[in-house]
Amino acid sequence: MSTATIGSPSDRSARSPTIAGSASNRADHVKFLIFAAAVLTMPIWLSPVGAAYPDLVQKFAIYGIFAIGFNILFGLTGYLSFGHAAFLGVGSYAAVWSFKLLTMNIVPAMLFGVLAGGVFALLIGYVSLRRSGIYFSILTLAFAQMSYNLAYSVLTPITNGETGLQLAHGDPRVLDGPAGAGLPSTNLFGVETVGYSGFYVCAVALILAYYLALRITRSPFGMTLRAIKSNQNRMNYTGFNTRPYTLAAFVISGMYAGLAGSLMAVVDPLAGAERMQWTASGEVVLMTILGGSGTLLGPVLGAGIIKYFENIFSAFNDQVLSRMFDFLPAGLGDLMVDLVQPFVGDGWHLTLGVLFMLIVIFLPGGVMEGVSRVAGRLRRVRSDRTG
Amino acid sequence: MAILDVRDVCKDFGGLRALNRVNLTIREGAVHAIIGPNGAGKSTLLNCFVGRLTPDTGTVTFNGKSLLGIRPHEINQAGVARVFQTPEIFADLSLVENVTIPALAKRDGGFRMDLWSRVDTHADVRDHAEAVLEDVGLADKRHAHAGSLSRGDKRRLELAMCLVQDPKLLLLDEPTAGMSRADTNATIDLLQRIGERGITKIVIEHDMTVVFTLAHTISVMAQGTMIAEGTPEEIKSNPKVQEAYLGGAHP
Repeated sequence: MSTATIGSPSDRSARSPTIAGSASNRADHVKFLIFAAAVLTMPIWLSPVGAAYPDLVQKFAIYGIFAIGFNILFGLTGYLSFGHAAFLGVGSYAAVWSFKLLTMNIVPAMLFGVLAGGVFALLIGYVSLRRSGIYFSILTLAFAQMSYNLAYSVLTPITNGETGLQLAHGDPRVLDGPAGAGLPSTNLFGVETVGYSGFYVCAVALILAYYLALRITRSPFGMTLRAIKSNQNRMNYTGFNTRPYTLAAFVISGMYAGLAGSLMAVVDPLAGAERMQWTASGEVVLMTILGGSGTLLGPVLGAGIIKYFENIFSAFNDQVLSRMFDFLPAGLGDLMVDLVQPFVGDGWHLTLGVLFMLIVIFLPGGVMEGVSRVAGRLRRVRSDRTG
Repeated sequence: MAILDVRDVCKDFGGLRALNRVNLTIREGAVHAIIGPNGAGKSTLLNCFVGRLTPDTGTVTFNGKSLLGIRPHEINQAGVARVFQTPEIFADLSLVENVTIPALAKRDGGFRMDLWSRVDTHADVRDHAEAVLEDVGLADKRHAHAGSLSRGDKRRLELAMCLVQDPKLLLLDEPTAGMSRADTNATIDLLQRIGERGITKIVIEHDMTVVFTLAHTISVMAQGTMIAEGTPEEIKSNPKVQEAYLGGAHP
């Protein structure tokens, strides 16, 4: 049984009086196990669609974490942040600094990434949450752009400006002992975390991130966040001090972003300011809405879909296109190339835009709404057949 | 014994004096109605009780403690619950959740970070919420979305959200505004029933049937001042009240 909204009388009698909107504990655990299995086997089941290579599956997992965290703020609490990439960038910088100063072991790097994301979110959230609605969104956008520009200019000693922060041979790495020749690679207690082993680190992090989000969603804290989204005025007159709740949601989602940022550094130990740019903040908004904001799985799906299409469509160029339309007569083939060209390669954002519009217009609840509609129809067909 | 004591409260909006040296004493356990023509300052006065407005001068004391300069959630935690003119509920949530949330506020206070336990394992809170829903006659809809309810049912739900907190003082701002006769009567019945619990209530209302059915004491406001106070019988025959309401048309 899914998280049905309005229980019909027969529905109710069949169900123990649990709270609507929260599936039973067992259903949650079954779904969680399926999710974990699906994440860990991504390199297998994604190979038929040409997505089973380390770089891409790593991205799925990392952006999945980013979007899950973003959804805690946006989907549950109803605060739309346009500046979450700032926390992603801060997480990356913190992780690379951990690689440079302490050790190439990824555990401290990830911890520092989460911590840095959380502290930075506390500062920005404390100020931004004094407003709500569009003013909140603009404040977060302004702070993130400020961080981006600072990272490019005055903070160059920390961020290495335009070049980006990279490993260097002269780095102290005080915990690692003398370095060999060449740059070391990231590792988990000696096991190198590049390629697929890097993916498995990200996958385990994604699974844990999902589990925490599941616990939060079903907890009194999560219900309070949903109530704040629904009617903040009533919450104040109901005895809740809403400010610390929204700030906690903001910090938690900042920590998720910091974790995602640190994982980007784990699989590729460098950090650049462009990670904090507003386009990156916008991307996670698209991912969450496309997948279904407020749902647990939606943001992960949205992240996967966007990163997959980005990968497929941006790879097309004129040669690939003209080969595709080779079979057509010369004139018609050229016409097709001209027609398709704006939607692929560098222009793949046009495809993303069209896809996004279609989803928002026809499935306002995102892909997850589509899934639940199909599931509902199947259930009806089945009950018609048996009944 | 007075549960709420209002002394010399003034409130100006620009050049307009919305409240002019208002005095009001609410006895514990009473049902006290505040009536008056539109613009008399009734809602302004109510907003001064819940922290939405701060009076320019004067004092508002609840159970011996000043309510001025305290934020709305702290006033609620002190035992004041409020029903709004248009029902303020959590439209996206189920009825059980709507009532569970205030019950959690009552049990856990204004802020508590419990992000690991499942809500449905908090049996005390859930059972209490279910019982109150049963009480107001919404038990059979408890898994419905609150946004899908009729106006009358939304009002009932809002009352349930207040009652689950066992408030010491319940403020009702036009509880039957915009309701059909049937819904109004149902609400009167409900308010009479919960009257038996001894919760002190302040009712602002235009509907005189409601006022004269429910209230023990009636205060009449006009143009920002209290012009009369008394039992329903006294108020009915008070010439000042007739003048304020009917513009002196009656002899």
